[in-house]
Amino acid sequence: MLELIVISTLNGVLFGMLLFLLSSGLTVIFSMMGVLNFAHASFYMLGAFFGFQLTRWLGFWPALLLAPLLVGAIGMAVERYGLRNTHKHGHVAELLLTFGLAFAIEEIVSMIWGKTPLDYRVPALLDFPAFTIFSTNYPAYKLFMLSVSIAIFVVLLVVLKRTRVGLIVQAALTHPQMVGHLGHNVGRVFMVVFGVGSALAGLAGVIAGPALVTQSDMAAALGPILFVVIVFGGLGSLPGAFIASLVIGLVQTFAVALNGSLASAFGPLDPSAGPSVLTDIWNVTIAQVAPIVPYLLLVLVLIVRPVGLMGTRES
Amino acid sequence: MTAAATPASPLSAKPAGSHLRFYALWLLGIAVLIILPLLFSSGGSLTSFSLIGIAIVFALSYNILLGQTGLLSFGHAVHYGLGGFAASHMMNAVVAHGWPLPLPFIPLFGGLGGLAFAILLGWVMTKRAGTVFAMISLGIGELVASSSLILRSVFGGEAGITTDRTTLPRMFGWTFGPQLQVYYLIAFWLVLSAIAMYALTRTPLGRISNAVRDNPERVQFIGYDPHVVRYLAYCFAGFFAGVAGGLAAISFEIANSAYLGAIQSGLVLFSTFIGGTAYFFGPILGAILVTYLQLGLTSLTSVWQLYFGIIFIGIVMFSPGGIAGLLMMHRPLILAGTFGMMIPSYLLAIVPTAALACGVILTIETVARYSGGDAINLFGVAFNPQSPVTWAVAAVLVVGGFFIARSTWQRIAEAWDRAATVARDRGYLA
Repeated sequence: MLELIVISTLNGVLFGMLLFLLSSGLTVIFSMMGVLNFAHASFYMLGAFFGFQLTRWLGFWPALLLAPLLVGAIGMAVERYGLRNTHKHGHVAELLLTFGLAFAIEEIVSMIWGKTPLDYRVPALLDFPAFTIFSTNYPAYKLFMLSVSIAIFVVLLVVLKRTRVGLIVQAALTHPQMVGHLGHNVGRVFMVVFGVGSALAGLAGVIAGPALVTQSDMAAALGPILFVVIVFGGLGSLPGAFIASLVIGLVQTFAVALNGSLASAFGPLDPSAGPSVLTDIWNVTIAQVAPIVPYLLLVLVLIVRPVGLMGTRES
Repeated sequence: MTAAATPASPLSAKPAGSHLRFYALWLLGIAVLIILPLLFSSGGSLTSFSLIGIAIVFALSYNILLGQTGLLSFGHAVHYGLGGFAASHMMNAVVAHGWPLPLPFIPLFGGLGGLAFAILLGWVMTKRAGTVFAMISLGIGELVASSSLILRSVFGGEAGITTDRTTLPRMFGWTFGPQLQVYYLIAFWLVLSAIAMYALTRTPLGRISNAVRDNPERVQFIGYDPHVVRYLAYCFAGFFAGVAGGLAAISFEIANSAYLGAIQSGLVLFSTFIGGTAYFFGPILGAILVTYLQLGLTSLTSVWQLYFGIIFIGIVMFSPGGIAGLLMMHRPLILAGTFGMMIPSYLLAIVPTAALACGVILTIETVARYSGGDAINLFGVAFNPQSPVTWAVAAVLVVGGFFIARSTWQRIAEAWDRAATVARDRGYLA
């Protein structure tokens, strides 16, 4: 039991930090531009696929640097030539544009790399067990992922809170017109922020690719969870996104690891009653419910606190 | 597209003569529905017409949310799917208990299935509009789609719930075995739902929905609660989506978890938006086009969904009013008699724009078929995806087509300005 708790906590924090790499970019983009970037998970997927391809050509470490830059460049192009032109039609049109983009990116990726999972391996340098805990070998690569995520988190925090650039970004979050009046090029700030957010998503993809599955449906699988995270945490709140990422990461990891069901806790139902909704619910294991746990949390939070954990804005 | 006014339907702007035209339009639509299977009577086309009919009901129900109330939902298929399951269970129950309920009434129970879910969760979901509503609808959609695989006794797991529509009590001696009879059943419900949904847009509720879409604060000032209005609109949309799902369950004789999924939700969003949300007939156009493309393209290319994505992005970026918006833009010009000024520049633009489109198609197909090596057949011309000649042709078409097409688009814009100015001088608002 203790083994399960320790390992699941480690994995849960890891998954949570990975979610935060994505949700932080999404949150900053949302609070600045009012656009919920539906294609954010697609940038994560592009990161994984670029990472795979560049690893094959150049090796893992150059890929770790180049793939996020490439994804960031694509993100900037999307902002400059797509969103900026759509802005005049309102936020719904912008959301729909990124929705169409997510759809198209998934199709393009599966067209080029196929629909089957890729053989994206952990680099040889990190392919060893870091430590053994209760007879389980914990891979070094996962520790590497964790440290990269934490490093990015710290850098992000310092940049936002302690530098001039961070000051402008923070100001543009709440008062974009005023920042413009002060002589800053708000359009360029938006483009750069969008690019950096996309690059972070790409980085998450590069490091998550070898550990999770690199496949053309990975964006569609992660995207909805990502949106749950930022609605759960409160739209536009970075601390909220951080807490929600960790909560969702931990809850989901623990749910997958637990095998209990109501039947195992209270004994099986009378079999003569026949199959019904009750027997379905009675027999389902927590691990089977794991995929829907984030959505259940979402519904609960919306009933109790419609603006999300730390949210302040109405819409 | 939200703020871009729903022009108080031009049909009702002038009394007397236009009323006649309005009814004539509806009668014409009904006549087309009746005559269509007589002209194209093959099994394949009947199935296509049935699918299109279902898609139209579904898209119109979606437009109650997106077009009328300004709610962007990413999970509308939930109601469609639950309607399908409700109808399937109802059909099986009718057969099992020997109830005297003929098949044509089944879609009603599909609608009630969709409505029940809307009543249950709609209140929480519609608390907030805009982006938050979009995200919540996405989450609820995923929740229901995943739950459907867990609750096997209701949703039948992977296999779904199968039915046999011919075993139900008969009406007018129709067995509903042949596709033709199913087609007329769908057409009947299509007309009924379309009239009901159109009538809904003319009620005070429909009008206040538009107000909630455009300015919820003002609606509060005049004493309405936008939340209640959104909730009511959501329930109506859920009901009609359920009707569409019930029709689908009858047509396919199966309901499974694919009905509820994100793909179905995405398709209805595509249909509605491509057709145009600002006019009642927009979603009808969109549903016809998208279903037709879906049926036609799947046999031609493996990456048909990519073309959907590109068409959708193109519409969002360049014509947020959809196809209906594009068509209706020309109405004042035609009325003012200045449409003729547009024709030369349109004709001029056709060739380079078509070349650009061909170039894009050739590029996509080259990438898609590069490893397989299957030949590309583009309008009768064969291309080898592995030959540099093909790549060069594609590059020339894309780059050359783009630059020439862009200059012709500018000509269109200039011609448009001139034509619109003249139309305005003649008293037609363009």
